[in-house]
Amino acid sequence: MANGVRAQAAAGGGIVGDVVLEMENIILRFGGVTAIKDISFDIRRGEIRAIIGPNGAGKSSMLNVISGFYHPQEGQIWYKGRERPAMKPYEVALQGIARTFQNIALFEGMTVLDNIMTGRIRQMKSGLLAQALWKGKAEREETENRESVERIIDFLEIQHIRKTPVGRLPYGLKKRVELARALAAEPSILLLDEPMAGMNVEEKEDMSRFVLDVNDEFGTTIVLIEHDMGVVMDLSDRVVVMDYGRKIGDGTPDEVRRNQDVIDAYLGVSHD
Amino acid sequence: MFYREAGDFKTSYMDDSETFPIRFDRYRYYFVLFAAFAVVPFLLNDYWVNAVLLPFLIYSIAAIGLNILVGYCGQVSLGTGGFMAVGAYACYKLMTGFPDVNIFFHIILAGAVTAGVCVIFGLPSLRIKGFYLAVATLAAQFFLVWLFNRVPWFYNYSASGQISSPERTIFGFPVTGAETAPWTAYLFCLVFTVASAIIARNLTRGMAGRKWMAIRDMDIAAEIIGVNPLRAKLSAFAISGFFVGIAGALFFSVYLGAVEVGEVFGINKSFLVLFMVIIGGLGSIFGSFAGAAFLVLLPVFLKNLLVGIMGWPTDLAAHLEFIIVGGLIVLFLIVEPHGLAQLWRLAKEKLRLWPFPH
Repeated sequence: MANGVRAQAAAGGGIVGDVVLEMENIILRFGGVTAIKDISFDIRRGEIRAIIGPNGAGKSSMLNVISGFYHPQEGQIWYKGRERPAMKPYEVALQGIARTFQNIALFEGMTVLDNIMTGRIRQMKSGLLAQALWKGKAEREETENRESVERIIDFLEIQHIRKTPVGRLPYGLKKRVELARALAAEPSILLLDEPMAGMNVEEKEDMSRFVLDVNDEFGTTIVLIEHDMGVVMDLSDRVVVMDYGRKIGDGTPDEVRRNQDVIDAYLGVSHD
Repeated sequence: MFYREAGDFKTSYMDDSETFPIRFDRYRYYFVLFAAFAVVPFLLNDYWVNAVLLPFLIYSIAAIGLNILVGYCGQVSLGTGGFMAVGAYACYKLMTGFPDVNIFFHIILAGAVTAGVCVIFGLPSLRIKGFYLAVATLAAQFFLVWLFNRVPWFYNYSASGQISSPERTIFGFPVTGAETAPWTAYLFCLVFTVASAIIARNLTRGMAGRKWMAIRDMDIAAEIIGVNPLRAKLSAFAISGFFVGIAGALFFSVYLGAVEVGEVFGINKSFLVLFMVIIGGLGSIFGSFAGAAFLVLLPVFLKNLLVGIMGWPTDLAAHLEFIIVGGLIVLFLIVEPHGLAQLWRLAKEKLRLWPFPH
């Protein structure tokens, strides 16, 4: 079904799935600097939505607004049809928005398995006492969640490093573990901040495949920041283009590619 | 029997998350438990219990408690001595206030009281980190000792300002007071030590431990995946305080019997337990035991060696002891900064392939 969505979207047709997250007139200031200037866009269920733009355009700030790190001075965020009040990042996470970071943010001292299990925090609710005795609900939860974590481990092909401390892993695998940890939360929206940064072509292809598979198989809504234009145009259903904190384009990859403002921002304008 | 995992198949996820996944380890663990409960009590005498076993068992509990806070949750604390004092005084007030209640419950309640106090002094951890937090807990250390010295209510207005534990029995056997037999004191402490270790292990291999370690390794990432930093940090302070309080209560009631707070629970105690945790290995339950054993046994061993065997004068031996222990700690931290637990882990990795390493 997700394939169908993309096909339709790519063809420039109507978009399937209702709106999950809507940003409305977001303005974010740091002192005198306005990082995000009155931006609105929406994210629909099951789509891959990319945010692109030159350096300093405000893409990461936008992601940080969505994940609750920054609180915009003006504007509303609508999540699943309800207006979202200012929330702490962990509350946003518990609502079902997971993310990865541009520079990996894994727990270096823990094993891969423990890292991914930590992602299941939303699903594990047993109290301290039950955990202390390792009986009843605590034990049951541990097994059930281990099963779903193992499914993700299989999916991302990291079985062989399950019990390895994350600190010992190479960069590409760390990126994959971070994706696994975000996926383990079974998020409604998955935010990926430059998932292919610093990768070679082969690793990029692997990662792109995983992103598409995640979208296909779990139907996860994905919001993606990426610099590699080829990757973005191939992967995403719809693209938001930002420049100097403004939205200068929004639409399918084809529409965006034809947009004169976008071409100007990326290629420069001749002043004659 | 070799130390092997080959052929030791796991058929369920429960088996896989066991504390001792290798069969040999498991048997050794049962053997140690059996020996500790059923063999040692028949062999020990007064000297062994008072010089070695009781301090080892009690310091192990304190080290486990501190390890949860420092090693697992990454919050440095220099207030262990003060928190042990809270456990001791809570235990004393409970013992004298409710003489009919079994001491077993007093000690657990003393742990609970300490947990509460620890949470209060843990509140600054939400704002400050690292060295600054260490200084904040240092304030707790001095404040608590001052409090127990200055407020007569805590020592029941006794003339000496000391607290001393009255005789209490379990199943008719005295465990505190002058009449206590070595083996009852030993078994009483052993029960607490084993229970503490099991509980600590269960907590640290489950979700609570993962949350603590997530906060330790990268607090921003922990928050972004849904760990509530306030609850994670304060629960670490509470659990840590619980164990440290139990250790303090046992230290006072069973081991020493009478306590003058500034002398017994001073800043030295905080550093001693912190050294145990660092030398033993941060973030390891086994390391807590190893560190406690190292710092309890080493002075005893050196004293026996220097005074008993080599016949040196006691005062010279005592000073040399400081030098040697201090030197060993420094050496240790240089050679293996991850502590005895890491050495043990490396030895086990080697043993898995021994005697054919290729």
